[in-house]
Amino acid sequence: MAITEAPKIITGRIGHADSHTLERYLATGGYDGLRKALAMTPEAVVHEVDTASLLGRGGAGFPAGRKWAMLRKSPVTYLVVNGDESEPATFKDHLLVERDPHQLIEGVVIAAYATQVSQVFIYLRGEFALGLERVQAALNDAYSLGAVGSDIFGSGFSVDVVVHPGAGAYICGEETALLESLEGKRGFPRIKPPFFPAAIGLYGEPTVVNNVETMSNLPWIVLNGGSAFAALGEGRSTGTRLFALAGHVNNPGVFEIEMVKTTFRDLIHAPVLGGGIPHGRELKAFVPGGVSAPWFGPDQIDLPLGQDEVAGAGSMLGSGSVVVMDDHTCAVRASWRITKFFARESCGQCTPCREGSGWLEKIMERIETGNGREEDLDLLLDACDNIAPGLTWPPQQTTICVLGPSIPSSIGSAIQMFRDEFLVHIKEGGCPYG
Amino acid sequence: MSSTAHPTPVARPRSKGGPTPTLTHLRGATATRARELIALYPEPRSALIPLCHLAQEQEGWLSPEIMVDIAALLDLTPAEVLGTASFYDMLHTEPVGSHLVSVCTNIACLLNGAMELLEHAESTLGVNAGGTTADGAVTLEEAECLAGCDGAPCVQVNHRYVGAQTAESFDQLIADLRSGARAAEIPTHGTLNRVARTTGLQADRNQVANERSAMAETQAQRAAAAKDTAANKAGA
Repeated sequence: MAITEAPKIITGRIGHADSHTLERYLATGGYDGLRKALAMTPEAVVHEVDTASLLGRGGAGFPAGRKWAMLRKSPVTYLVVNGDESEPATFKDHLLVERDPHQLIEGVVIAAYATQVSQVFIYLRGEFALGLERVQAALNDAYSLGAVGSDIFGSGFSVDVVVHPGAGAYICGEETALLESLEGKRGFPRIKPPFFPAAIGLYGEPTVVNNVETMSNLPWIVLNGGSAFAALGEGRSTGTRLFALAGHVNNPGVFEIEMVKTTFRDLIHAPVLGGGIPHGRELKAFVPGGVSAPWFGPDQIDLPLGQDEVAGAGSMLGSGSVVVMDDHTCAVRASWRITKFFARESCGQCTPCREGSGWLEKIMERIETGNGREEDLDLLLDACDNIAPGLTWPPQQTTICVLGPSIPSSIGSAIQMFRDEFLVHIKEGGCPYG
Repeated sequence: MSSTAHPTPVARPRSKGGPTPTLTHLRGATATRARELIALYPEPRSALIPLCHLAQEQEGWLSPEIMVDIAALLDLTPAEVLGTASFYDMLHTEPVGSHLVSVCTNIACLLNGAMELLEHAESTLGVNAGGTTADGAVTLEEAECLAGCDGAPCVQVNHRYVGAQTAESFDQLIADLRSGARAAEIPTHGTLNRVARTTGLQADRNQVANERSAMAETQAQRAAAAKDTAANKAGA
């Protein structure tokens, strides 16, 4: 496999220092996709997105076109853009909102037109201070241009877009928790099925929730056609995708790569991408798609970066964030920190997650600090089993949302891969890596 | 901005007919801005988190008194405001320093020395994570992933990224914060007063209402057609 010469669909503008300005956006084909979309019927726009087979880029990978088709017909419908990027080691939406806010807005208006929604909320992570300012400023410019608001470009279509700041809660990236938060409440996920947001969403009305990256692809798809997008990648994983690479690599960053054609090895080692592992060290393990995903070892490095390919190997491509751990990494310390994260971010609604994450964190911490007990490893796995019975992949659901069951799937995989290391910590009360 | 026509003709519950609430702590432009924000949403309560941010822009934190003001503006009880606010990491129900320094120690940063950086920060500032220095200049917090993993260990000051830090650069950063040398690039808490929506809601209310009724009509026709088809099938 190799790195292909696929077009940069959503990062083409980012090399320019002024990529966030309206001037740069208009000089590089900005809002042409929207103009083209408005000349089409909404159904035709949906058809292009269906043809593109654009999978949602938030983590679950649900096809965007199909999500739109599920929107219950109602006099009042909403489109909510999920920009609450909080999955550890994921930082692609951060790039898109800060560096190309107009592309996001154009995508949002195209989606609103396709689904005939007249009120949009862009929910951005509160920690994105600059991103919030950039998107709001871009929105002001877009209103002045006539690209948002009343009678957009003389088409008769109108939509209002509101930028909404979050306030720091990982769980609000879950779409129903996000809607609760947008209603001014605690971010508690809602029970589903039976009613997904497309049927009962914001204020009880049908709502489409789409990720920032998903939206940002739309201008290109409308301009170049869904089939041009589908020609990239393979199978269900079409187009390009942003991969956020971090951890022990020489060149961490966000890379736009054609789906499936490239492997984890390319991403981590290619000089134009990750540039290899520093200090000449070897790969110990990597997280393939956000910390909720089970870890992979060096033997899985030649897997292609495709949704079904990674799922078939027992993990997920998730939010597209890859964390590299070199052979000096303490697996206990890494999994302890991930567990601590989940324990802190559990919303507290469901017992298996609220109590289980706390148990796991406490046990992990005492193993990491050299106070582990002999029975701790079994206790960890037992607690994991109570959160997601059987420790299968995908995990069994015991809770309202997937946060809880994500804990066993990620750290359970670490315990199984590095059982010896956990045992050394327990028996010798210390870490072999110092 | 003007708080005129909103494009969705959703019935919006407003204050229950009482007089405009008197605000005791939200002042001047911030109070005006609060009312503008409420007007953006179909339901006033949706403005709760933005209003908390706004209050923090003025005060730095959410005092009990200011939550009373927020509650009054939104027709909620102060307990409802606190109940929501206490859920969110960025909403502070205790006073914080003028610079909130967030050190991420999550996985990508952990692998790049974040825990050591946090320990260094705690010892040089003389506070544990969560604490505020005696001069009120700095509150140090251990943060979860801040989505800046290409600059690990990632540090934010008042939620502005300051890039990957070493122990030395961190000390310099703190000195600069105290002297005000980086005040332009790292403003005080919040964004809502800095960049406001300049253009109002431009969709014409009548136009949107017409679109709605056209849509409803189409739906009724479709439903009727579907019924006919079903009836025909049943008849056949």
